[in-house]
Amino acid sequence: MNEETTTPNRRDFLKNAAALAGITVAPGILLYSVSQAKPADQSVTSEQRWGMLIDVTQCTSGCDECVKACTVEHGLTEATRPEIAAHWIRKVGLRDKQTGQEYSLPVLCQHCEHPPCADVCPTGASFKRADGIVLVDKHICIGCRYCMMACPYKARSFIHETLENQKPYSPRGKGTVESCNFCVHRVDKGKNPACVEACQQAGHEAMIFGDLNDPYSKISEKLKIVKSTALRADMRLNPGVRYQGL
Amino acid sequence: MKNMVYRELEGNSPGYYGLLGISAILVALGLFAAYNMEHHGHVITGMTNQIVWGMPHIFAIFLILAASGVLNVASIGSVFRKTFYSPLGRLSALLAITLLIGGLSILVLDLGHPDRLLVAMTTYNFKSIFAWNIYLYNGFLVIVAVYLWFMMERRMQRYYPVAGLVAFIWRLILTTGTGSIFGFLVAREAYNAAIMAPLFIALSLSLGLAAFILILLTDCTETHCPLGEGILHRPKSLLGVFVAAAFYFVLAYHFTNLYITERHGIEYFILVGGGIYTFLFWGGYLLIGTLLPLILIYHPQLNQSRKNITLAAVLVLIGGFSLLYVIIIGGQAYPLDIFPGMEVTASGFFDNSPVHSYVPSHWEIMLGIGGIAISVLLTTLALKILPFLPASLADADLDPQLLD
Repeated sequence: MNEETTTPNRRDFLKNAAALAGITVAPGILLYSVSQAKPADQSVTSEQRWGMLIDVTQCTSGCDECVKACTVEHGLTEATRPEIAAHWIRKVGLRDKQTGQEYSLPVLCQHCEHPPCADVCPTGASFKRADGIVLVDKHICIGCRYCMMACPYKARSFIHETLENQKPYSPRGKGTVESCNFCVHRVDKGKNPACVEACQQAGHEAMIFGDLNDPYSKISEKLKIVKSTALRADMRLNPGVRYQGL
Repeated sequence: MKNMVYRELEGNSPGYYGLLGISAILVALGLFAAYNMEHHGHVITGMTNQIVWGMPHIFAIFLILAASGVLNVASIGSVFRKTFYSPLGRLSALLAITLLIGGLSILVLDLGHPDRLLVAMTTYNFKSIFAWNIYLYNGFLVIVAVYLWFMMERRMQRYYPVAGLVAFIWRLILTTGTGSIFGFLVAREAYNAAIMAPLFIALSLSLGLAAFILILLTDCTETHCPLGEGILHRPKSLLGVFVAAAFYFVLAYHFTNLYITERHGIEYFILVGGGIYTFLFWGGYLLIGTLLPLILIYHPQLNQSRKNITLAAVLVLIGGFSLLYVIIIGGQAYPLDIFPGMEVTASGFFDNSPVHSYVPSHWEIMLGIGGIAISVLLTTLALKILPFLPASLADADLDPQLLD
């Protein structure tokens, strides 16, 4: 047990030391610090707030690498009918009614600071983690779907049929509601969500994930200099997902 | 008023056993539907990730509204001291309980996890209006049961006006809660309106009274109980008032939306271009469920016939069901406006559908009818076990001096 708890600390120490050394020897090169994932034996805190910036100008209409990556990562299988298929992230094409300008962008759970889904959930199965990630506790979700009625972004899916071949790190279940969880299993290990990684690998760099509370994180640095918007900003839910160039 | 004599149903007639048998079969079919929905999942229903609440919710809310409304007959007797209605108090309270149980059964059996009912009863998020409703519904059952006990137990009768008042206030809060399930949905244009609560209260009054009149007529026909024209005339006129009140709130709701520019889309959808929803609004709710009953109730010649009163009550129920269909399904069929000012040209998740389609499956309808059958079965059994029905409702048996 001791061995298990000391090993990550030693690793963290070495990682921090390496980061510190990097900052010391190469001032001006490393402009932002890397947000640290929490050690597995510590609970999440509100010191961090995970968020995402989506640069719509870098997102191309034919590309759906983020959607594919999500499907693979969470084992979202085909449904009997498209209307009942689960979508954690989807690509949407938009045209400005006034100017005719066209956009393509991914839409996912916006991880609101004040999530209406968590407000309406009778059992508290829908909840916001201290670090801002909005999740569903599949053990106490009774499948009433009130959160789906309440979500302004249509970000949630109800599981209408029996599922097979689920991923152990991403439990899902018939009769419960689910949505994007920012790949919490990856985030807790210091990795980016699968969609962000896929977008980077596709060379688009349209998605940045990071800690909004850390003023030196890449996402915070970028949010300081670019104009970004929230979907349905009029509702003042303060989503963790922001869009640039929309 | 004379001391009323109450009696149990004899319950030996073929009609009684027929009703018991049919409702038992329908309950079994409803449970079978629920079992299938649980076993296969909601894939066998018409509900989707776009239309997440379907036919079961319409049946359930219909019954829940009728349950709170039907108690009004008892309230008029005990809270508003219209002694004329007092003999009907027991039946009214009984129906409030049985209709609510029927409605709640549908809601619970439609859950993705009905097996987690215990979780819903023990794990609460008090910011959720749904969680409040769980308290309100359970509290209603307890309060009305106590109210009924005080009505039926001679030693407790002096407390029964207090119990009546508590039940009356509770039912107002309960229907406010039911309406607020929709009223508090800030994201959807069809909802997010405080008027949903009073609209649902008015609708509950008309649905409850219509159901009560029908059940009273059925019982008295079956048992050959003398039923005076007076005892029918008053609830009938009151039904007209309730139907008009519900219409007033529907009118206010739509006028408000027509004034708010951003809601023109949903208004156009419901009132003009919504297909089945437009048809059900104008034809089902307004014509069949409002105008025709009002004519039948207030026309000096037409309102003399008992058949017409029965018809008016049936039409009010059809109208209420239609309105709930328009509110619940129509409100979801109109897509969310996630990107104001933008036209959605493509989407992997139906954001670009002008309307979300919904066709209820027979499983959903079976479950809904099963819920009604639960109410009927419980009522039929209760009427045989305890004296809920007055022996006579002939006008002569009610002291004319106290008629008001």
